[in-house]
Amino acid sequence: MNRAGLRSTALFVLFALVGALIAARARYSADLSAFLPRSPTATQQLLVEQLREGPAARLILVAIGGADAGARARVSMALGRALRTDPAFASVSNGEAQTLERDRAFLFQHRYLLSEAVTPAHFTVPALHEAIVGSLQALASAEGPLLKPLFALDPTGELLTILDAIGTERTPRSSEGVWSSRDGAQALLVLQTRAPGADTDAEEAACAKVRQAFAAARAALPPQERAALTLRLSGPPVFAVASRALIEGEVVRLSGLSALFISLLLLFAYRSVSALLLGLVPVAAGALTGVAAVALGFPAVHGLTLGFGVTLIGEAVDYSIYLFVQGTSHAGGDWRHSVWPTIRLGALTSIAGFAALLPSNFQGLAQLGLYSVAGLTAAALTTRYVLPAWLPARLAMRDLRAPGAWLLRVLQQLRRVRAALVLIPLVAGVILVLHRGALLSHDLAALSPVPAAEQDFAEQLSADLGAPDVRYMVLTSARQPEAALAAAESLGQRLRPLVDTGVIAGFDSASRYLPSEALQRARQQSLPPAPQLQTRLSEALVGLPVSEAVLQPFLAEVEQARTTALLRRADLEGTSFAAAVDALLVPTSGGYSALLPIAAAGSVDLSDEAAARVRQAIGAGNEHGVLLDLKGETNRLYLGYLKQAIELSLLGFAAIVLLLGAMLRSAVRVMRVLAPLALAVIAVAGLLIASGHSLTILHLVGMLLIVAVGSNYALFFDRSAQAPQEASVSLTLTSLLLANTATVLAFGVLAFSRVPVLSDLGSTVAPGAFLALLFAAMLSERAAPEHIP
Amino acid sequence: MSARAAGLAGALLLCLDPFSAFAAAATAPSAQADPAFAQVLTLLGARRHGHAPFTEVHEMAMLKEPLRSSGELFYDAPDRLEKRTLTPRAESLVLDHGILTAQRGPHRHVLELSAYPQVVPFVESIRATLAGDEAALERYFSIDFKGELAHWTLHLTPKDPALAHTVKDITIEGERDVLHSVVIRQSDGDRSLITIGPEITP
Repeated sequence: MNRAGLRSTALFVLFALVGALIAARARYSADLSAFLPRSPTATQQLLVEQLREGPAARLILVAIGGADAGARARVSMALGRALRTDPAFASVSNGEAQTLERDRAFLFQHRYLLSEAVTPAHFTVPALHEAIVGSLQALASAEGPLLKPLFALDPTGELLTILDAIGTERTPRSSEGVWSSRDGAQALLVLQTRAPGADTDAEEAACAKVRQAFAAARAALPPQERAALTLRLSGPPVFAVASRALIEGEVVRLSGLSALFISLLLLFAYRSVSALLLGLVPVAAGALTGVAAVALGFPAVHGLTLGFGVTLIGEAVDYSIYLFVQGTSHAGGDWRHSVWPTIRLGALTSIAGFAALLPSNFQGLAQLGLYSVAGLTAAALTTRYVLPAWLPARLAMRDLRAPGAWLLRVLQQLRRVRAALVLIPLVAGVILVLHRGALLSHDLAALSPVPAAEQDFAEQLSADLGAPDVRYMVLTSARQPEAALAAAESLGQRLRPLVDTGVIAGFDSASRYLPSEALQRARQQSLPPAPQLQTRLSEALVGLPVSEAVLQPFLAEVEQARTTALLRRADLEGTSFAAAVDALLVPTSGGYSALLPIAAAGSVDLSDEAAARVRQAIGAGNEHGVLLDLKGETNRLYLGYLKQAIELSLLGFAAIVLLLGAMLRSAVRVMRVLAPLALAVIAVAGLLIASGHSLTILHLVGMLLIVAVGSNYALFFDRSAQAPQEASVSLTLTSLLLANTATVLAFGVLAFSRVPVLSDLGSTVAPGAFLALLFAAMLSERAAPEHIP
Repeated sequence: MSARAAGLAGALLLCLDPFSAFAAAATAPSAQADPAFAQVLTLLGARRHGHAPFTEVHEMAMLKEPLRSSGELFYDAPDRLEKRTLTPRAESLVLDHGILTAQRGPHRHVLELSAYPQVVPFVESIRATLAGDEAALERYFSIDFKGELAHWTLHLTPKDPALAHTVKDITIEGERDVLHSVVIRQSDGDRSLITIGPEITP
């Protein structure tokens, strides 16, 4: 090893150590952060907070199936008992009468502090008369048996007013005393975890606790019922846990498969273990540098990035293939002058393509860009400056001239049918025009690692449970919880008319279960003192079939409510309203946020007009209420990503064209390099569309990568045509086929991933890279005649 | 809950039961054995729609006078029943596939019958009789049928002690496939009498 070799080796070792240190200290994650925007707008920030910490992100839905309704109910109740004592769960609801009874008792006991109807006007003679007439009517109806025991205590119907406001329309079905699915085949529970949805570790522990409690409850049943019982968990925390496990598993599996296939390929081609090991050095250097760069540039290295990184194996190995196959055979010629400039240009075009992803707001893409730029740079530099020094004087490798000669004959055959290529834009064009309505996928769900069947199941469960509609919410913030509650109250007051006129079906608010102290005090002060109320009551009862004596309990209850202590958060403990308040009044970095989920009238979607009316209503005051449409905002976010992906892909393409122009200094040569790549992109787009895909962001990015990666092959054909005497065309062909196979293998492995973002990218680039080589070969210029042995 | 206890105590104090003699007199020959009962059920089951005016008198111990109301009943076989009260105040009660929706002015309450067993005898007695649904009647009540096709009496006593806790018995009188009256006696002595008819033909 000469002096330069020693120096580069020393540098390499130093870099490797630093890289390993950074990679070892890096934070790794596999949560939903990869899909979140890097620099969110104010509204996106609210969305991100909801996705990470919001009440909907903490809901675990539990479905118990199998056996009979009785057994399912017993397991549901046992689960409820076990989980209610666990601090990991803020609430456990399964519709048990006990809980409902406690809720009702709470509402009844505090009805004069909670009822929206309680104002000074409510206790005037005409209002009392009117309220009692209404209660009598309800007594005579089918609900009478439920209300009769309450009449003497609550003749003004405050409990019904409160229940009306909360809305009982969405109560789930019951079977054997616990909630069940609409079809009655499953017992259902809703759990709210105390940990935020973004805390995947805590959510994983919570899911494990549910499974344990289920196993324990099931073990208590007779054996014949035990076997048939099933447990199914759903909801955002469950998805987050499953996605993380999937991504982590996939990264290991895909990297392993990819490395195995490529090693086998190289071993088969080289028949030399030392050549194989040397060939993997740039790959390892690239992967390490990529991880270190992402760890420095982002808060955490995402599992998906490592998944994308699998493809780096396929590309980084190309450089050493060119070096070994083309470089070592040069009798007299220095590969640094013959082969390296082409490798360098190929690497630069690849890097230009990936660099276009760096500004992406979609964190996953930005990480992919940085990982690949750093990784390819390191791999190329290692190949150029480190590897040659490590090569033995003579690398004992298989002689690849014979297969090269065969490839040369194939190439000549291919050139003859190049006219057929004209069909590609025609056929692909027809396909694209026929499917022009559905070219691009506009749904973020297309990127989600959660299988569609699981998403449907969650939706079904939510519908069965009448789970709170969390698509729309009004948000308001304040420094103190009391002020946030007060803001929620004034927003609620302005939303109320929209409910009465049917613009929206309803809304929820923490102040419904825990009004601000000011409002509680105002309600208390609306209650007349006993003697005054007695006088008014006797006047109000004139003409009604109710005697004053019957309503004595009412007078006592009002008097008691007038002087009782105000409600505090602690008083809600043991009712399901405690969790509701915690979900709807949440501490934030700057104080407290009050959330008012809005239920759309008629359907799940709020009409544009209804949304405008809500905005108008909440804008009328000075609480700074914001209407957040979680699904709409998510879709807008995705559309933003999509638009940016298109722009960045075009930008990357332009950068590659400029780079080629600058290096090749010939418009004709640039066209020759680009033509097969453009054809490959068009062909792959046609193939994807024809096979029923709508193009997602990753498909689009994949097309950019076809150009970035495929340019390597086209450049070698360009070089062969320009300087045929410098290289053996047959060996160039062999190395290209090897390099291409390695790339197709790496992306091909990705194509079989169960994570959509990975498979989208793989299924685009794998066929694209192969077609790029094929088309480049077909369109290549005939080189000067070479002796075929 | 204190409210419920107080309510029950009040109801017990004021308990009146002028109909107990009638209830005790009811013997229990097998209802199914009566061919007239089978005929009535068949006739009722064959009806698809019904629409008739009603008047209701609700006697409650805690009230000085009975509550009176009137309106119209609508029935669509087999499980939609609407009681539309017009006087003294508009109210609508709709039973549809086991879900009871009450609308009074701007207020709407929805009850799932399965969750409120106390309410079941009040609505299911009438619905199941109108539908000629013997299985549903058998599920909730002991049945005693008397009379003949031209004038029959159906006496229903809740089987489930939880139901018996609120409803003592229900007596439905009718002629062929038409119901004339429904008397619901509650365990606390309160009573409601619904008089139906004559049928409004479309």
